[in-house]
Amino acid sequence: MANFTVGIVVFPGSNCDRDVSWALEGCLDIKTKFLWHESSDLNDVDSIVLPGGFSYGDYLRCGAIARFSPLINSLHDFVKSGRRVLGICNGFQILTESGFLPGALVANKNLNFICDDVDLNVTTSKGGWFQKLDETQNIKLPIAHGEGRYHCDQDTLKKLTDNDLIALKYKNNPNGSISDIAGITNEKGNVLGLMPHPERACDKSIGGIDGLYTLKSLITQ
Amino acid sequence: MDQFEVKVFIRLRPSVLDPAGEAIKSASMKLGVTGIKSLRIGKMIEVKIESNEEDIKEKIDLLCDRLFANTVIEDYEYSIKKIING
Repeated sequence: MANFTVGIVVFPGSNCDRDVSWALEGCLDIKTKFLWHESSDLNDVDSIVLPGGFSYGDYLRCGAIARFSPLINSLHDFVKSGRRVLGICNGFQILTESGFLPGALVANKNLNFICDDVDLNVTTSKGGWFQKLDETQNIKLPIAHGEGRYHCDQDTLKKLTDNDLIALKYKNNPNGSISDIAGITNEKGNVLGLMPHPERACDKSIGGIDGLYTLKSLITQ
Repeated sequence: MDQFEVKVFIRLRPSVLDPAGEAIKSASMKLGVTGIKSLRIGKMIEVKIESNEEDIKEKIDLLCDRLFANTVIEDYEYSIKKIING
């Protein structure tokens, strides 16, 4: 995997792009490349991260405007080719707004911006984004969001459940997400969107390493 | 071409919880206004647009469906008024 490169998309207002790069390069020795949202050439990257932040100032709805960037346009073919895409926080919001993942992310139930470490249950092995430890696998990751309440209609929820697409659930639901959902995958499993920040849990000295596996899984084919 | 003034109203679908609306409802009661049964927040977008009469609805539907509203969580309605005859 020496030549493997992870593309990190930079929108105006992204603010976790450098954190993701730091975690991948500094903690995992994985090469990264920043991709400005106006570029549409994704040929020299093998997987893509849509990082957290406030793309386009969260105007209209979080992720609503980022969806129209040339890069997101090219992402359709990228996803179809089976390559991996990880959307973290605002990246997850962009993935739902663009239709890569179903549902939507709306204001937290208590209206607070929540910045905390949360316990999560890994609920699927789809896509191999999380390490399989045992039946009741728990991980702890930081969250930092004001609009992270996952919402979808009952039919979509049934489809997510029946097809094993719910990747992560909050143990103590902080934001009112339907069915405690913190992250979901697409049917193929190559797209994961999640509200927690794995890139902020990659070093023991800053609060844990439970995010390492998810970032490392970007270089699995 | 004619010019139109369009007002688009976007509302959260009834099934979607509106915590900001709940907070304002609670503040309204603190203001002393009684009897409020429900209070929900929406958005209004005003657009002035040049268009042929026959295309205007299609253009506004496209804007609403693809950008102004997220139909997973929101419903929209609009009114169209011709302000300049082309």
